[in-house]
Amino acid sequence: MNTLAGGQQTGQVFDSSHSPVALEVIGLSKRFGALPALEGVSFRLWQGSFHALLGGNGAGKSTLVKCVMGYQPADHGTVLIGNRECVIESARDAHRHGLGMVYQHFTLVPDMTVLENLVLSRLPIPKMIAWKKERQRLETLIAETPFRIPLHKKAGELAAGEKQKVELLKQLFLQPKILILDEPTSVLTPQEADGILGMLKERTRSHGLTVLIITHKFREVMNYADAVSVLRRGKLIYSGPLAGNTPAMLAELMIGNETIARIGERTRAEKGPVKLAINHLSADSDTGALAVDRLSLNLHGGEIVGIAGVSGNGQRELVQALSGQRKPDQGGICIDDLPYAATRREMARFRCNCLPEEPLRNACVPRMSLAGNLALRTFDRPGFTRWRWFIDAKAQKEHALELIERYRIHPSEPGRRIETLSGGNVQRLVLARELSGQADLLVVANPCFGLDFAAASEVRKQLMQARNNGAAVLLVSEDLDELLELSDRIAVMFEGRLIYEAPIAAVDLDEIGLKMAGH
Amino acid sequence: MKALVTAAAVAFENLLIPICALLASLLLFGMFLACLGNDPFEVFHTMYRGGFGSLFSWRNTLERAAPLMLTALCTALPAQLGLIVIGGEGALVAGGLVAAMTGLVCGSFAPWFVLLAMLAAAIVAGGCWIAMTGWLKYYRGVNETIASLLFNYIAIALLNHLVTGPLRDPQSLNKPSTPPIGNANMLGDMPGLGVHWGLMFGLSACIVFYVIFFRTTFGFAVRIAGGNLRAAKIVGLPVGRLTLITCFAGGAAAGLAGGIEVAAIHGTANATLAAGYGYAGILVAFLARQNPLAVIPVALILGGINASAGLLQRTHHLPDAAVQILQGMIFMMVLFSETYYGRLQALFESRRAA
Ligand SMILES: Nc1ncnc2c1ncn2[C@@H]1O[C@H](COP(=O)(O)OP(=O)(O)OP(=O)(O)O)[C@@H](O)[C@H]1O
Ligand SMILES: [Mg+2]
Repeated sequence: MNTLAGGQQTGQVFDSSHSPVALEVIGLSKRFGALPALEGVSFRLWQGSFHALLGGNGAGKSTLVKCVMGYQPADHGTVLIGNRECVIESARDAHRHGLGMVYQHFTLVPDMTVLENLVLSRLPIPKMIAWKKERQRLETLIAETPFRIPLHKKAGELAAGEKQKVELLKQLFLQPKILILDEPTSVLTPQEADGILGMLKERTRSHGLTVLIITHKFREVMNYADAVSVLRRGKLIYSGPLAGNTPAMLAELMIGNETIARIGERTRAEKGPVKLAINHLSADSDTGALAVDRLSLNLHGGEIVGIAGVSGNGQRELVQALSGQRKPDQGGICIDDLPYAATRREMARFRCNCLPEEPLRNACVPRMSLAGNLALRTFDRPGFTRWRWFIDAKAQKEHALELIERYRIHPSEPGRRIETLSGGNVQRLVLARELSGQADLLVVANPCFGLDFAAASEVRKQLMQARNNGAAVLLVSEDLDELLELSDRIAVMFEGRLIYEAPIAAVDLDEIGLKMAGH
Repeated sequence: MKALVTAAAVAFENLLIPICALLASLLLFGMFLACLGNDPFEVFHTMYRGGFGSLFSWRNTLERAAPLMLTALCTALPAQLGLIVIGGEGALVAGGLVAAMTGLVCGSFAPWFVLLAMLAAAIVAGGCWIAMTGWLKYYRGVNETIASLLFNYIAIALLNHLVTGPLRDPQSLNKPSTPPIGNANMLGDMPGLGVHWGLMFGLSACIVFYVIFFRTTFGFAVRIAGGNLRAAKIVGLPVGRLTLITCFAGGAAAGLAGGIEVAAIHGTANATLAAGYGYAGILVAFLARQNPLAVIPVALILGGINASAGLLQRTHHLPDAAVQILQGMIFMMVLFSETYYGRLQALFESRRAA
């Protein structure tokens, strides 16, 4: 547990006894069918406080804040804002009461530019838009934040991290009195996260902003929060000041006394032969701009190569090219010295699997059942077919039940549609599918995005296990700690090229930081 | 157990909502009739008699339902891929035209061979017609709905051009047509029913395609691609090929309908081929929620409504277009009712939980 050890409190200590209640939730309950997602949850947010909401995957955190925002109707319970009962049924109502929220799933319009998206979010939307003025206003706003966002880019072309920043900007632009953030830092680097959280914390002190933040990162809780609430399986377990809690205590509140997987030993396996060879690979982004620029890399069996970098430097396109979602423009990909074009047959033959970012969008069929989604790789393989050409629904279901159990996917109904799962459980499901069959080559992007700490260490353990079993793993991540923990070799990607490469023992952190910034 | 209840709720909803849409459109049509000074109940009764009241009207209905089943597949199959194709009319015309031309070319062979060649040619022609839409969609990013609609116009114009020009039979005076394929080469009736073999083709196509799209690995792959293109690519599915095959299958069904119209009814290709079966097929597919099996009963109902047009005209002096107005109303109601899916299930679940 010592890896979770937190930092020190920053700023002055928050004293709740003097400030009024900004938001109070009383007896909130919500069911999805037979599944109770929230059961009688009551808690208070003090004005000007920085309040963290913790809980494992599927604990009901997102559901709770969505009910508060009127995005979903609650079955029972009331919401008081400034001691007055409020009926909030739409984003407009929420805005009127001074509430703003950054959702866990992105809400940007993909075909519109960042500028248009930001202006569109203004309520009420002006009848006439003075684009020049809006742009200037936004540029000054952006200058106050630690973000660099290209306003002219289409939202659909942004990487996950950039989208998250735009979502945050959108809320800063609206200037709510109470800001709710659902896992805003999952796709940010720790530096970026510190930048934005520091700025928000600043505002709680100077502007009286109240922040309710959902996060899985104890470091952030320990450094920034004044108060915490912990949910477990829909029930509120604890709500009170942070002072006096250690990460270990919080962890125990979150999961009870479940055991946590430890990352397995890194066995000193012989480095295998070259598994994946990328030769001068170039790929365009959706706009046709060069995103991956003549990139070359060799990946051996039994090693994890970590690719660090600020999001938006071509990592997304690289992963897409390797996973078959994007046709490379130039250069080649070879596996075991044979050219690889990411066809289904080759994927099965080379046992090459992929865990992309935003799994619900990139690797799942939202309206299909869990069983169907778990069978995307295997449905046409022997053992899952009948008379060669026919689907064996029973085999699919049995396989699904086994994986659901093994990877603790919740709720455990194979027939449920995957879009109704919590963010972390979708991630677990994709992991279960991609890691359960023996993989020889794994392309992984931000695998722990949105996972609670127990699940995150489970994933890391699995990746390490795959490596120890001889698999070649390409790990693209924005979490430097994760990369340092798992990789055998680290490379830094900047503007579509790898500009730094070093074995883990020889890595110089300062240099990586500089390289990520392009120096 | 719970999964079973949910599945039952979904099935119930899939049945209830289209039926309500149908009833609502009948109500609307009834009001329209009342405004025209007709007694709606009498008209509905006449429609029932015209569609299902006697052996004769049943035959009439079945002969109209057969092409509807096939053209509905032209929309329902690409819909599994998430494509909205409305090119059934064009594929039907293309199929019918090519079938008539084939009949002329091999007119001297044995009748069974001529028939087989005609139907096969119709299948290929219709299939290629819609496969072109699929190709444009996948490889060139052209909107498939617009493309298939425009392809309809092209097919109909091509038909008119050929039957009034190069392929015109000099004997056909007031209705320009291609030369007849000859009585010996016509598709006959099914023994004992008095309905031509097209019905059998329609029924078996619906069943076969249902099995293919809902029970085989190919169908599973198509539905993955239809549900999320990115996910399909990440598991290596050949999406381009799936698109072409699926569009070909849909077009082939509609093309076959055209071939059957020529071989069983008209005996030649002329402008009456474009009688609106393709457009009504879109309606059937939507009412059947794009499910090939559900297409069968829906095609029967629509076929019955179409079949009653003549009787309506004779007994109530309602114009031919009245039936088309009803069809239009049904279509609007069906599209409108799409917004209600999922609500019933949610209601049901919260009741159970409470
Ligand atoms: N629309 C829905 N329909 C059915 N069940 C749902 C729906 N939304 C959420 N659930 C269920 O409610 C439970 C709580 O989900 P919620 O999204 O609030 O979890 P969470 O705490 O935000 O988890 P995570 O950290 O993974 O995001 C989950 O078990 C989920 O499957
Ligand atoms: Mg959540």
